[in-house]
Amino acid sequence: MTRVRPLRWITGLLLVLLAPGSWALDPEPPLADPARQALYEQLTHEVRCLVCQNQTVADSTAPLAADLRREIHAMVAGGRSEDEIKTFLLDRYGDFVLYRPRLQASTVMLWLAPVLLLLAGALTLGVVVWRRAALPSDQDADENPPATTGT
Amino acid sequence: MTRFLLPIVALALLVALLVVGLNRDPGYVPSPLIGRQAPAFSLPRLDDPARTLSNQDLAGDVALLNVWATWCSGCRQEHPYLVELARTSGVRIFGLNWKDDPGLARQWLATLGDPYVATGVDQDGRAAIDWGVYGAPETFLVDAQGKVLYKHIAPLNAAVWQQEFLPRIRQAREAGR
Repeated sequence: MTRVRPLRWITGLLLVLLAPGSWALDPEPPLADPARQALYEQLTHEVRCLVCQNQTVADSTAPLAADLRREIHAMVAGGRSEDEIKTFLLDRYGDFVLYRPRLQASTVMLWLAPVLLLLAGALTLGVVVWRRAALPSDQDADENPPATTGT
Repeated sequence: MTRFLLPIVALALLVALLVVGLNRDPGYVPSPLIGRQAPAFSLPRLDDPARTLSNQDLAGDVALLNVWATWCSGCRQEHPYLVELARTSGVRIFGLNWKDDPGLARQWLATLGDPYVATGVDQDGRAAIDWGVYGAPETFLVDAQGKVLYKHIAPLNAAVWQQEFLPRIRQAREAGR
């Protein structure tokens, strides 16, 4: 006779619920080719849902996101390249549709700003340090506080 | 004084950047279609699914393509104005019924009035994707040769019509003459 072990059942159920796949809202069937499926997943995580602008189409439950997933799925299954699919979306929705905008004249500042800010910061730091170093050392003064009078 | 000049200028530039940034509408997505040929479409008509609505129907004069659905509250809000435009403006309005129940859509037009020359049914949303539609109501202005001149996202009203649509319509008609 087997004994019912409630703890095991609960643990098992919890594990099933916590498995990432069981929460997926994407009804599109997985593609047979793992490389294509990976491209599909990469793209849906990189394309913005324009109705709910701070979600990707992979995260969003909006009907438009479902439509875009279906279109991307069909294009990936049909053998279109990553670049072709992105161009398809850009032609219709503009640069905003990609979370990672392409490097072009209008986005060059977006891509270069972090590097430029980092360089500006490093330069400022360098100048400050260099100037400090050029000052006469006050090391001795710190180590030998001025003698107090009256003792 | 000069040692404070640089930080103050930097701060002023940052404030100017933020003021401009905060005053922009983050929900506004400019359409890449403007100035380009309208996407090709061919959809079954709402009143008679055996017939189709396509780019050829829009050609010949400026036309509006209005994206609507019965589930869209902004569409109900703008509907009386579309009916008025259809009556008074002399511009043909075509409908694109987006991801909707055709039965409900027909009922909507029967009760609220039908401002459209014809409405195409886009039940799976494919044509809407080609047009870069993301939130109804959206209204496209297309010229006689099928070029997209303007796109308005939000309910249409008299102020938008006067400011954005009328000047473009006049210009397009004069250019076409």
